[in-house]
Amino acid sequence: MNRIQQKLQENKKLLSIYFTAGYPNLDDTVSIIQDLEKNGVDMIEIGLPFSDPLADGPTIQASSTQALKNCMTTEVLFNQLKDIRKTVQIPLIIMGYFNPMLQYGVEAFCEKCKEIGIDGLIIPDLPVDVYSEQYQSIFEKYGLINVFLITPQTSVERINFIDSISNGFIYMVSSASVTGSQSGFGTEQTDYFKRIAAMNLKNPQIIGFGISDNKTFSQATEYAKGAIIGSAFIKHLNSNGTRSIKSFLQSILIDKK
Amino acid sequence: MSYNVNEKGYYGEFGGAYIPEMLYPNVEELRQNYLKVMAEPSFKKEFNQLLKDYVGRPSPLYFAKRLSETYNTKIYLKREDLNHTGAHKINNTIGQILMAKRLGKNRIIAETGAGQHGVATATVCALMGLECIVYMGEIDIARQAPNVARMKMLGATVVPALSGSRTLKDATNEAIRDWINNPVDTHYIIGSAIGPHPYPDMVTRFQSVISEEIKWQLQEHEGRENPDYVVACIGGGSNAAGTYYHFLHEDDVNIIAVEAAGLGIDSGESAATSVLGKEGIIHGCKTLLMQTKDGQITEPYSISAGLDYPGVGPMHAHLAKTGRAEFMSITDDDAMKAGLKLCQLEGIIPAIESSHALAIFEHKTFKPDDIIVVSLSGRGDKDLDTYINYFKL
Ligand SMILES: Cc1ncc(COP(=O)(O)O)c(C=O)c1O
Repeated sequence: MNRIQQKLQENKKLLSIYFTAGYPNLDDTVSIIQDLEKNGVDMIEIGLPFSDPLADGPTIQASSTQALKNCMTTEVLFNQLKDIRKTVQIPLIIMGYFNPMLQYGVEAFCEKCKEIGIDGLIIPDLPVDVYSEQYQSIFEKYGLINVFLITPQTSVERINFIDSISNGFIYMVSSASVTGSQSGFGTEQTDYFKRIAAMNLKNPQIIGFGISDNKTFSQATEYAKGAIIGSAFIKHLNSNGTRSIKSFLQSILIDKK
Repeated sequence: MSYNVNEKGYYGEFGGAYIPEMLYPNVEELRQNYLKVMAEPSFKKEFNQLLKDYVGRPSPLYFAKRLSETYNTKIYLKREDLNHTGAHKINNTIGQILMAKRLGKNRIIAETGAGQHGVATATVCALMGLECIVYMGEIDIARQAPNVARMKMLGATVVPALSGSRTLKDATNEAIRDWINNPVDTHYIIGSAIGPHPYPDMVTRFQSVISEEIKWQLQEHEGRENPDYVVACIGGGSNAAGTYYHFLHEDDVNIIAVEAAGLGIDSGESAATSVLGKEGIIHGCKTLLMQTKDGQITEPYSISAGLDYPGVGPMHAHLAKTGRAEFMSITDDDAMKAGLKLCQLEGIIPAIESSHALAIFEHKTFKPDDIIVVSLSGRGDKDLDTYINYFKL
């Protein structure tokens, strides 16, 4: 069984953290991953930076721009991660846009992920239909779980289709927005969380976009298996540096000790 | 071979809709409705009426006598420069604003580089009384002040794109992000034959009025519908798509696509995508684009802001790959000279984009009885500053 699937079976709410590889400094990638695991994170999304990240808000964009300036590339990231499984056990997911993967070669990319011990991919601009027609067999060959997004606007029919071809979790985007644009959830969002929970999908859901603190994390995990924090973590790195990862996570997991 | 889009949204291997799930409902709504709406008699009537009374169509097909004599061949100019707002861009924005209204949208967003498409969008929004937000790179806002002022006078809000390289591609990213954040009430008017399916096809259809008119106009002038060549400059490829559309499957018509070589193909400062680009994904479609080996999209360069885009529309990628179109690239210097030549020979000040198409006559020899139709996509008013600086006028 894939590490993601194993993790999803644990009887707890999961905290997943997104960060941009190569940010704030090119060589921070591995130590950030290690610190996150040490301080109670269940799963990590490693952002492969892209010049034109359509689905991301200003915080993640700016971190991607900086990471590219720091000379992060697909090749460099794979090199940084080559021994990561000697020290890190939790599931690792690469989140990136499709063009850099296409240029690396989709099969070569997947093969490399398997070699390193990456468990899954999130590719926001690789649509479900293109994936299922052209790439699903490659992902499966290398044991990679591909994670799809749903939003409040996604139709029931499409959610069911996405559920049918997923084999890990479904990434529930909390509202119609790019990353980082929300602060707190209102009834519109909680109604949507409830509606999806009531669908009893085959795949558990993890909520992302707009999770920033203990309050939004608790709200989201009331309805879902877990939650993903991205922009809030990057902002924290911005203002407090990598040494403060522990205090950030303590503030999120305050009542889970 | 077909050069039109197939039912899945591809031109050969190019096109498709590589979009985040957040955009899926918006794009899908458009995909399911655009052909239906465009086929409605009331839509056609309103579109054609506005093109005639408001835009000033048909635009003349003008036989450029002195230019023809100079190059010893027969050159016709399709005068899109005479359209309201000064370029072909308005054909598309008229079509899309009518589409937006029929889809019940009341908020319009657009991206713009030089500001031509922004002005054309602000214009039709004023005409229809709809809210208009135009994203424009911070750097472009600084270098295109008159068009920023025009948009403001027309009631649009101009929002600076502060991310990435702060030019057209980033303005496009910002517009797409806005659409993600406003999925229900907003229509995104893309300014060229780019973006996820159905945009390239929809924009092409709205611009196809150009070649539709060329056919009957050439019949009047020459007693034949088909020229030997059609020529257009390519930024994203909307004036070119409209100019080629009704000739794509006419084997006797040669197609020439003109890209901006900037300071030269090998200078590192160029926008000649068909030469320097590689297959990849930009703004939601698979096409040829300029990128690093690593798949990061690079910043192109051309003296002409309208050609300064790192990709080409998927239809043109297909025309390049199949060899249906001949691609040429023209440097800044050659384009500027060709622009000045048109002023002096024909009394027409062209947009610098269009000057690229005119410059091919210095590089390619045509037969005396060849009939060549060149899309004069826009007028040069917006470029006066550039002309002044370049020629020290
Ligand atoms: C006059 C003119 N011609 C051509 C273009 C290039 O666009 P496209 O390739 O979509 O026709 C522009 C873009 O701003 C323009 O203003």
